[in-house]
Amino acid sequence: MSNLIPLPDAEAQCRQLAELIRPQLAKNPALVGIFSGGAWIAERLKQLLGLSEEIGLIDVSFYRDDFSAKGLHPQCRPTVIPFDVEGRHIILVDDVLYTGRTTRAAINELFDYGRPAAVELAVLADRGGRELPVAATWGAWEVTLEAGQNLVLARDDHGQLAWRLENA
Amino acid sequence: MHNPQLNKDGQLIHLLSTEGLPRAVLTQILDTAESFMEVSAREVKKVPLLRGKSIFNLFFENSTRTRTTFEIAAKRLSADVINLDINKSSTAKGETLLDTIDNLCAMDANLFVVRHASSGAPYLIAEHLQRIGRDDIHVVNAGDGRHAHPTQGLLDMYTIRHYKKDFTQLRVAIVGDILHSRVARSDIHALTTLGVPEVRAIGPETLLPKHLDKLGVHVFHNMEEGLKDCDVVIMLRLQNERMNGALLPSAGEYFRHYGLTPQKLALAKPDAIVMHPGPMNRGVEIHSAVADGPQAVILPQVTFGIAVRMAVMGIVAGN
Repeated sequence: MSNLIPLPDAEAQCRQLAELIRPQLAKNPALVGIFSGGAWIAERLKQLLGLSEEIGLIDVSFYRDDFSAKGLHPQCRPTVIPFDVEGRHIILVDDVLYTGRTTRAAINELFDYGRPAAVELAVLADRGGRELPVAATWGAWEVTLEAGQNLVLARDDHGQLAWRLENA
Repeated sequence: MHNPQLNKDGQLIHLLSTEGLPRAVLTQILDTAESFMEVSAREVKKVPLLRGKSIFNLFFENSTRTRTTFEIAAKRLSADVINLDINKSSTAKGETLLDTIDNLCAMDANLFVVRHASSGAPYLIAEHLQRIGRDDIHVVNAGDGRHAHPTQGLLDMYTIRHYKKDFTQLRVAIVGDILHSRVARSDIHALTTLGVPEVRAIGPETLLPKHLDKLGVHVFHNMEEGLKDCDVVIMLRLQNERMNGALLPSAGEYFRHYGLTPQKLALAKPDAIVMHPGPMNRGVEIHSAVADGPQAVILPQVTFGIAVRMAVMGIVAGN
């Protein structure tokens, strides 16, 4: 029946997330979005928070723990970290927090650029099902889904973000 | 037709030749290499992708640059690298190629990088691995005889795409000893598959293979004519032994006709790039003013080569 769960407005959730993060601005945080959904959200947060610094983008393909089973993702993109990670307050941004494995991979990759002062995690949706001790610092939406369901963030031609529910 | 490089899902499991690889696979390698270029620009130039895997560099023929770049690439993927200088080891004691391979399989090898003077040696190894049911072990051809040097071909494609963006508008000239060149062969197949509309071969009749036109290549014996309006000029190394083999009169004579001088390069497009797989013979196939000039991208080729080899090993080891 969870096929029928109402899908909230992802753009409104971005605004909500921005307000949760706003009190942190005094720490001069740097945003790092995880491809692809997290990168779109980080870009949106940058606008909403009025940050001037370019955001970082992480593709965790080279750090995944399922390489032996699945091989290299056929469409990996370059990770781009346009600032010095050393000593920075980093906010990792992802669309859906699920097993926690992507977050683990992203943190590992981040540390190859330097030792950040702190890493926090902002997500649009937390669907539970964790397989690692990972928790989001900020989340806009807690949702329970069946194992075969995929929550997918999409971006249309006008750059608007919206949720879609897919059955695997 | 069965292509031993691809599995039943069309994924790359060995890299033996650029011939017969679909455009999507070539593009995937180039795209992945772009991500690895970024890794090589980091303070920590290493990703954990092939941690715990063993890569054996089997160089039955000497090569410093190719072996070194494969070794760097493997190390940046966190693999363990074992360099075997076969000239000095078991083959010299009479062991066959496949016996050597079986022994290395027993040492839990995951990937072989093979350079061999005989065309087809990497195919022989790939087929042997399939026969003994070791589809978990992969082969990358690092140059076999006159046949293929696919990672050089792919790094050349990466270089061209980096500077020229779009393959489908280009005129590319390959100059020199194409007859003996595995690089030229790998380049021609890749260029054609990637949609380059005009590939030219420039060289003396004695150094050009027959039937190049069947590959869609335009043949020129006059370098001035051949270079006209080219976007990319790929120079090939002239091997000294060709001089002794009566295929050519002398190095000086060759340079007069087929050496790339600033004057000849001026006939190509003003923004043409000059490539060379190295090692260069200055004053034989290329003038120093060109080799060190603003249009040469010969050293960037070496850097790109590491990222391309990381991409190839990362892709095949995962399939």
